[in-house]
Amino acid sequence: MPNFNFESPRLPAEALSEGMRARRFLETELAEQRYPAHLTSWSSFDAGFSRRAGAAGFIGMTWPKVYGGRELSGLARFAVTAEMLAAGAPTFAHWIADRQSGPQILTHGSERARREILPRICRGECYFGIGMSEPNSGSDLAAVRTKATRHADGWRINGSKIWTSNAHHAHYLIVLARTGEPGPDRHGGLTQFIADLSKPGVTVRPIYNLAGAHEFNEVFFDDFAIPDDMVVGREGSGWDMVTRELAFERSGPDRFLSDYRLLLALIDRVGAEPNAHQATEIGRLVSHLTALVTMSASVAALLDKGISPNLEAALVKDVGTNFERDVPEVVRRLVPIEPSADREDDPLGQAAAQAILHAPSFTLRGGTREILRGMIARGLGLR
Amino acid sequence: MSEQAIVTDDISIVVQDQADRLFSSLITAKTLAELDHERWPAELWDPIAGAGLPLALAPEEGGGIGLSMAAAGALIALAGYHAAPVPLGETIFAQSIWARATGTLLEGSASLAPANAADCVSVEAAVDGYRLTGRIRSVPWGNQVANILLCAESVGGRWFLVLLPGFLTWSTVSANLAGEPRADIVLDGIVVPAEHVRPYSLEATSGLLPFGGLLRAFQMVGAMRRALDLSVQYAGERQQFGKPIGKFQAIQQMLADAAGQLAAAEAACARAAAEWDGADFAFFAGVAKARAGEAAGRVAEICHQAHGAIGFTQEHSLHFFTRRLWSWRDEYGNETYWQSSIGQSVCGAGDADLWPRLAPLS
Repeated sequence: MPNFNFESPRLPAEALSEGMRARRFLETELAEQRYPAHLTSWSSFDAGFSRRAGAAGFIGMTWPKVYGGRELSGLARFAVTAEMLAAGAPTFAHWIADRQSGPQILTHGSERARREILPRICRGECYFGIGMSEPNSGSDLAAVRTKATRHADGWRINGSKIWTSNAHHAHYLIVLARTGEPGPDRHGGLTQFIADLSKPGVTVRPIYNLAGAHEFNEVFFDDFAIPDDMVVGREGSGWDMVTRELAFERSGPDRFLSDYRLLLALIDRVGAEPNAHQATEIGRLVSHLTALVTMSASVAALLDKGISPNLEAALVKDVGTNFERDVPEVVRRLVPIEPSADREDDPLGQAAAQAILHAPSFTLRGGTREILRGMIARGLGLR
Repeated sequence: MSEQAIVTDDISIVVQDQADRLFSSLITAKTLAELDHERWPAELWDPIAGAGLPLALAPEEGGGIGLSMAAAGALIALAGYHAAPVPLGETIFAQSIWARATGTLLEGSASLAPANAADCVSVEAAVDGYRLTGRIRSVPWGNQVANILLCAESVGGRWFLVLLPGFLTWSTVSANLAGEPRADIVLDGIVVPAEHVRPYSLEATSGLLPFGGLLRAFQMVGAMRRALDLSVQYAGERQQFGKPIGKFQAIQQMLADAAGQLAAAEAACARAAAEWDGADFAFFAGVAKARAGEAAGRVAEICHQAHGAIGFTQEHSLHFFTRRLWSWRDEYGNETYWQSSIGQSVCGAGDADLWPRLAPLS
């Protein structure tokens, strides 16, 4: 069985100062009631917030200055995003672009893609969606059937993507499409493309989730044209890129802070003198949360060193999302609540309603618990 | 190396390597099976002490190795990985605590007391030193160690660190679930000399429990890793329905769950080690003990399930590790004790203070 590389990294000075700067920025946001923290999380869309965060230099922080970034470390980004999520900030407009699309374009995109897109992401004005899942390709990503074919002036895409968060707000999707034969390991013949959603040939259909919210979509491509310089990476390298991207997608604080504001609302409701049961259950959650903060910081430090810690990232997401699912269940054991989205006089009940209705997605999005545990088992040497 | 220690400085790598070789050669299933809780394992302790390992955390200028808490913790986890049936971790912590208080080292092995969160010892000044009254239960190796480091409270509510000579009269010696000796000691007005008593300031309400708790947490990390190593190995070898049981998704999912528990326990320990010199050490030590203790129960359950009947026998080694996990999670404060302490602290401070406390920005 391999070792896990979890340690408690000491953050460099720039990460500490950026984290503290983000904390001050968020204190102002909250003081001026710019968003309802008990109802929002990183998966809440708010373009105004993203523009303010961009203006403050909190998006694309690690990217080169020439593309609008600030050339800071991944740990500085970790410190800032952790502060954002703990403050319940509605980061989703820029979240995907900042977390994974931008880094992919920076590493594998054309010079035109970098120059045209990255500075707008940094300003909080340009949003992305992930075009991986399809109606018949969920956990089994290698079964992707959306097809990209070569034309004289670039590529044409045909097919559909589903569960595409943000597609109705986003300017671009990065689409994983089949460009060749899958080969014996099924990982070949996949390529990623930047699809400009303002162009003709794409239709976005809303899918309302069980909470009644329009967060994700089905996206149809009909002879959708993509120029050559909007291919990301080499033709056929899609699988490797997606796999690496997932280490970023799975290890961040977004995998354990989705309902952190509910935990805070609970602590507030319980007050300074909890009974024995309340103290014990809250203490248990805090012990889990502390471990997760360290695990996630540790993976951020490894990513900074250029290590791709796929096992550790899968562990963060598995343990983290289980914690997220636990929070609302603990809350309702400790205090009587009536979860309801529209009781303005009861922030705890509102926060609980939000968490309970969204909880099923925590252990599905970004790779189901079962797929992650399969990856962990592979890491342990069982497969 | 068979352990997880990710240590960056050269000296700690040397110590880890040396300790791993020493433990591997000294500790086998046979020695573990033969040891009796009433007999001091000199054949194990002497070479371990000879290698200087009990001084891992004591400062270099005072004659110790001067490892960081993270590196010393990795060494303690390694001892847990081998189920080392000696009070190595207890002595490592006792040497460090005593060296910090007095600038001197202890002679020989040591333990930390109270180990039971409900026990309390009172101390009062006497003509020829300090008088101690109280009962301390289940002191680890309390009948065999040369020193017992104790935290005691005066009538005025002040706390003191007290060095008790070992080999005191103990009322009973029992074995924990793993067969490790635990001694009940009655202090009925025994007087210790003034030079063996020092004022004690760290989170006095919990005495030495944060140190003992972090010690057990690191040991549990090592023992959990071994139990999981054994399980992965067994799942790869044991064939049923024509293939290794590790090829079944049901087994894979169980062991992945256990790996997540272990990872969280490791991370909680790493965080507590990083807080070693900080003002909030006791809080994070409690977090580590609570998280590792919870993980230990789950990991032991899963590893036994994966092993089937053979893991329930003395013919397989799994029990050396799982019996320790079941004991260690209850010593120096169980999960409920620490969770409650964490919860009271967090609620007392209020919701706005939680994130600044947990965020790695300090």
